[in-house]
Order: sequence, then C-alpha cells, then structure tokens
Amino acid sequence: MRKTLLAPAAVLALLPALAACTDNADSGDSADGDVRALTVASGDDACEVSAGSAPAGTLTFDVTNTGSDVTEFYLLGEDGLRIVGEVENIGPNLTKTLTVNAPEGDYFTACKPGMVGEGIRTGFAVTASDDDVEVSASDQELIDTAEANYRAYVQDQSAQLLEKTQEFVDLYEAGDDDEARALYPVARTNWERIETVAESFGDLDPKMDAREADVDFAAGEKWTGWHLIEKDLWPEDAEKGYQPLTARQRVTYADDLMANTTDLNDRIQATGADALEYPIDAIANGSIGLLEEVANGKITGEEEAWSHTDLWDFQANVDGARVAYEGVQELLETKDPELATELTEKFDALQALLDEQREGDGFVLYTDLTQDEVRELSAAVDALAEPLSQLTATLTA
Amino acid sequence: MTDDETTQRRPRLSRRGLIGGGAAAAGVVGAFAVGRASAEDGTTTAAVASTYPLHGEHQAGIITPAQDRLHFVALDVTTEEREELVDLLRRWTDAAARMTQGEPAGPLGPVEGPAAAPPDDTGEAIGLPASGLTITFGFGPSLFRDARGRDRFGLAERRPAALEELPRFSADVLDPGRTGGDLCIQACAHDPQVAVHAIRNLVRMGFGTTTVRWSQLGFGRTSTTSTSQSTPRNLFGFKDGTANVKAEESDALDEHVWVGEGDDPAGDWLAGGSYLVARRINMTIEVWDRQSLESQENIVGRTKGTGAPLSGGAEFTEPDFEMAGSAGPLIPVDAHVRVVHPDQLDGARMLRRGYNFVDGSNDLGGLDAGLFFLAYVRDPRTHFIPAQRAMAASDALMEYLRFTGQAVFAVPAGVADGEYVGQALFS
Repeated sequence: MRKTLLAPAAVLALLPALAACTDNADSGDSADGDVRALTVASGDDACEVSAGSAPAGTLTFDVTNTGSDVTEFYLLGEDGLRIVGEVENIGPNLTKTLTVNAPEGDYFTACKPGMVGEGIRTGFAVTASDDDVEVSASDQELIDTAEANYRAYVQDQSAQLLEKTQEFVDLYEAGDDDEARALYPVARTNWERIETVAESFGDLDPKMDAREADVDFAAGEKWTGWHLIEKDLWPEDAEKGYQPLTARQRVTYADDLMANTTDLNDRIQATGADALEYPIDAIANGSIGLLEEVANGKITGEEEAWSHTDLWDFQANVDGARVAYEGVQELLETKDPELATELTEKFDALQALLDEQREGDGFVLYTDLTQDEVRELSAAVDALAEPLSQLTATLTA
Repeated sequence: MTDDETTQRRPRLSRRGLIGGGAAAAGVVGAFAVGRASAEDGTTTAAVASTYPLHGEHQAGIITPAQDRLHFVALDVTTEEREELVDLLRRWTDAAARMTQGEPAGPLGPVEGPAAAPPDDTGEAIGLPASGLTITFGFGPSLFRDARGRDRFGLAERRPAALEELPRFSADVLDPGRTGGDLCIQACAHDPQVAVHAIRNLVRMGFGTTTVRWSQLGFGRTSTTSTSQSTPRNLFGFKDGTANVKAEESDALDEHVWVGEGDDPAGDWLAGGSYLVARRINMTIEVWDRQSLESQENIVGRTKGTGAPLSGGAEFTEPDFEMAGSAGPLIPVDAHVRVVHPDQLDGARMLRRGYNFVDGSNDLGGLDAGLFFLAYVRDPRTHFIPAQRAMAASDALMEYLRFTGQAVFAVPAGVADGEYVGQALFS
C-alpha cells in the first residue's frame, strides 16, 4: 500500500483545499499532493520525470510512452548499473506503473525508447524522510540462496521422476497391472511437484499429461502420455466398448512416455548456457501456479478421471508450492512479515485437511470424498491462494 | 360481426396503453427507453430505439444494436406432423410481431379476455415498454434429420451442408442438457422481464408441439453490433468485441454474416439468413482473479483499462503483432487477441452478440459464470470452427475457460408481411 507523507491532522486540514481543486485532479503531475507519485513522459528522444527528487519510501512512476516505439523505464542506483526497479514493454500511448521501495540516496532515471542503448538518463535524488526504508544488504544473498535451492529441488524431483517412470513403464509393459496401478500415483507425485516447470515446455506437456477431454480428435490430434495409460489400467471406469490396448500398443505408448520423460529430465539437468533460470519472481509464480493447478483440476476430480488418485496430485502440487514458498520465505519476512505469517498458517490449515484423508501410504480416492469434504478442501485452497497471489508483487516491490 | 371483430373494437389495455394514451405516450416511452439504455451504455450519444419491427429483409436481433439482456431457449419438436410445426411457426410469428411492438403475446391480452379462461398473455410485462425487444428464430440440424438419421419433416434434402452439429473441441465438458436443439429462440431487450416474458409466452404456445431442451439468461451484452455503442466488458473485466463486425459495415456483413444466394443449392431457402453458433463458456473466475494485472493483460493482449492492444495506441488501434518486446513480441504469441485475429484465420470475421451470465454458484461455492457466446456467421465451417480450433491449440486464455454447452442453428432471412418465419424452408 502506498504510504502517505502527510500526518493525519494535516490531511484533515488539507481536505477542503483538495476538494476545491478536483477539476485539476487528473492534470497529471502529483495533483493529489502525493510527492511520491511521479509521472514520466517517455518520448522518442526525451524522458521527462515530473520531479527531480522524492522523499524515501514507496515511490510510483506512472510512465507514459509518448513516442512511437516500445519503451522501458528504469530507476538505477548511484553507479548507474544496479537496477532498483524497471518496467518493460510499454507500447506507444500506453502507461505502466513502476512501484519501488527506495531508501535515501542518489539514483538515475532512464527511459529506453526502442529498448536499446543505455537510455536517456537523468540524476534523481531520494531525500531522507520519516518513512525511510531499510533495504537489507543481505537481500541478494537470500535471493541467490532461494534460486540455488529451488534449482536443486526441481532437479532432484526430475531425477526421481525419471527413475519411477522407468519402473512404472516396465511394470505396465510386462502386464503387472496391480503393481503398475500402485506405482501410478506415486510416480506422478514427482511430476506434480514440479508441474509448473514441466508445463513451461509447451512441446512436452501435452504429449505427457494431456487428459482425453483436452484432445481434439476431430482435428487429428493424437493422445499420448500418463492419462492414456491410466485409462488402460482402470478400464472398468472407461466408456462402454473400450478396447484395452494390445501388448504392442502398450510398448508404443510406454516407450513414448519414457522418451519424453528423458527429454524433460535432460532439459532440467542441463548446465552451462542451456541451464534453466529460476529468478525469484518465477519461483514465486511457480508456487502460485501450483495452487492454481489444484483449484483448476484436482479439486474437481477431473485430473485422474479413471484412477481417482487426485489427492496424491493435490498433495504433490501443495508440496511443490510450499517448497517454492519456503525458499523465499526469509526474504518475504524482510518485506512483509504479516503476509509470511498468514501464508504459513494457511499452508498448515490446508495440510491438516489433506492429512485427514490419508490412508496407508497414500490417500482415499477422490470418489470417496463427500461433497462437504470437497467444499472444505476447496475453501482452504481459495483461502491460501488468495494471499499467495500477492507473493510475487510483494517480493519484487 | 364476428367475435374477432368485437375483440378488435374493445378498448384494449395494451402495455403501452397503461402508460398513457396516443402519441404523447409513445414519446414518453421512447424517451424512457433511450435514457435508460444510454445510462447503462455509459454513453450519452447513442439513441437506442424502443421498438424494432419484426418484418424486414433480415430477422431483427442480429445486427440490431445489441440490447443489454437476453433470454435464449433451445427447443425440441415433439410432434411428427409437419403441419403442426408450420402452424406453430405461424402463431409464433404473429405473437412475436405483437410483442416486439410492446403489445400482448395473444390477441386478447393479459386481462382483457374472459374471466373464466386463463389469459393469452401471462401479464408480467404489463406496464413495461417494448424495451427494444427483438425475437429471432433458428433451426437446428436435428430438425432436418434426427440422431437416428430419420427425415422427420421431409426437410432432409434441404439441409444446407454447413448446418451440421459442431465437433467436440479441446476443453469441452459439454453437458448434454445444455447442448443441441431442433429450434431456438433468442429474445433480446433492454429489460430482463420483457425478454423473459417473450420466451415464456412463446414456449407456452409451443406446449404439445415443442418442449424446452435448455435455456440461458444473459445480462451485460459482451459485444457491440453498432458503431453507436461503446464496447462493454466481460466478467474477466476486459473489453469484449472491439473488433466485432458492426451493422454499419454492409460489405463485411455480406461477406461474413449473411448467407449468399448461391452459397449452397440445398440451402437456397437460407439466403439472406445466417448461422448462429451458441457456446456456453464457463470462466474460472476465482482463479482468474488471482492472476497479476500484467499476466491478465498478456493473456488477452490488450490493456485492461482502455482496451488498447499492448502494441500501443487506443482501443481501436489495429494491433501490431510484429512489434518486438524485451522477450519476444510485445503481444505474446499465445495472446487471445493474436490467436483469434482475422489475419490468423484467412480473414474470417464473426458478428458476435454474446452475454455475460451468472447462474448462481457451483458445487464448490465458486461462481457458475461466464460468457454465453453467440456468433452469427455465413458458414460455421470457415468462420467459427477454425477460430475455436486455434484457440484450443494455442490461446493462453483457454486455461481459464471451460465449454459447457453448444448448439448451431440456421437462422432464416427476415419475414415479409403475411409470411411466417422460415416459410421459404417449408414451402
């Protein structure tokens, strides 16, 4: 939330004056009296910032592109290198807002029309104020740690997925259906924990995890992957007249799943120039994304239409979301401790509900849940997902 | 003197009559309708007519400036007698002609008939103006040949090739109870009660000949069919229908909306008509609401505030799909505006007149809500199916959509004086 510079008494005193000049309220430059709200006009060869300085605190720059090319706006540190905040991809005539938390110091503002070169720079001063913000020097350390830890987690899950998938397809090809059925939700746990990373490969995900309902057969699309095998392993839940796959077809589809899993793992384990990047906002978005997976498919029982092992996937998505969250939790605590507390509580509450459905090493089937239980789980997902959706913005502000 | 003439001479309590009398009353009604529609539109310039004639070259309710409310019904024909069906179409035509002028559904009226008989108009529209009511009729593929292949009314030879059941697309979770239909009636009005009144009375007249298969209420038009209207918003909060075919674009209407004379020899009776594709699109509202503003805008490809494309400008600025951003094109490759742009679809455009809907809540306490998509096209095979396929294959918006019902209808040309709707098909 934007803090105001004015003390409460002063605000009251100013109200009539402000009310009197509402006609000018949208004239552009800080007409609402907030000296931390700045405007920037980024032209083809000009970068007009409404003020050359502002008091320390949360600053907003409403950047309007008055030029004819795509532009960017940066707030840079004293050295002209460190990026304090940036807003990219502003099309002509459009406005985007940069919100930054800036402590006292010397800065540069920079517009970059055409998104090339070092931009049109001007010095910018942030002066001392009662709202002065503290930026911990160790933030970068926390970020680096979070990124390294998350990378290690994804790589570990991927390696396990590869191993379990191999076991699974071996059982399936050999016709050991009971054992294959038992391993199915377990192997998929490793997939679901890193689902948002796996999904980022748009070519692999549909081949591996498409549900039958998502395939447009009339348009000639082919169905392969986990759920095709799932249907074949639970044929009693399939439609009337379903033809079980032949031994030969089993080998074809199982080998295909294995090849794609190997490809996925190769990409995740890649090093050097091919290594995946996990910037802090991607980790936070990954946590949010996994919860959305729960809200979209698992809570409705649509994901595992034949095996009904949706709660295994549910738990795995929550695991993945929680690991991603806990990686950035320390950093979040420096920015918004209340949000951190709330998220921890909500994760715990959701986990407690899931624990009620445990059975043996796994969970009850989705079809065994009562409507009340589904609603309760759904409400807990909403209760967590809503504050979690603030995570990225809070971490990157 | 016949009984009918007696009826005609009696002082009638028409819906308009209740407001006052004569020309002055008509003026009041008109002003009321205009003021109200304008206020809801958010514009002050658009003058919205209070009545639209039923008769004309094309059926009303297609290029008519989209009204704010909808009641749509799909019906099955239960009779096997062609004559009964034709008789119903005649009676529907008469009733629709009356109701669109603000008059009662039946010739007697809601309170003017014999006290011992149920009124021939249900009465909930007493005192309400015509409210821009339009009533539009269509014929589904199953009217020509049923699921078992039977030619039910001797119409099989006249089924246009383009009128076939839609295929199942990705992300379809179609409810059979919200899919298909032999006939459809679309009632649009500025007042929901007027639209509901129209459908209720037409359905009532059809009892014994037709049964209701499914129906849908809509509020908040989600597209603009006239340049005099401002672009409304869908339940995702974005402007919808910015690039819609507008009533003023007569060349585009001929090219993309109206069926032409030689389009299909079997379907010649449909010349001057159109095809209507209906899709009930549920939106996962709660999940969408948790997406960041930037993600929402990237998914749609437009800004949420003004509706300008991300490549810049204002709402009606043509998107620049080539313009580069910091990581790939400024308008992402999977942005909705790019995937369904006519440039990607051999130039095909549609005239959409969809509506927002909220049918209460679902089993999980989420909104059972979305967009009831209605599009009029010259040929679904070239003007709708490729767009839906393209969306299914590569539109980022699909993650937040679920298609729960669909139907397709042939919407015949307008009704001439003394004709009934669809007469060219049955004669």
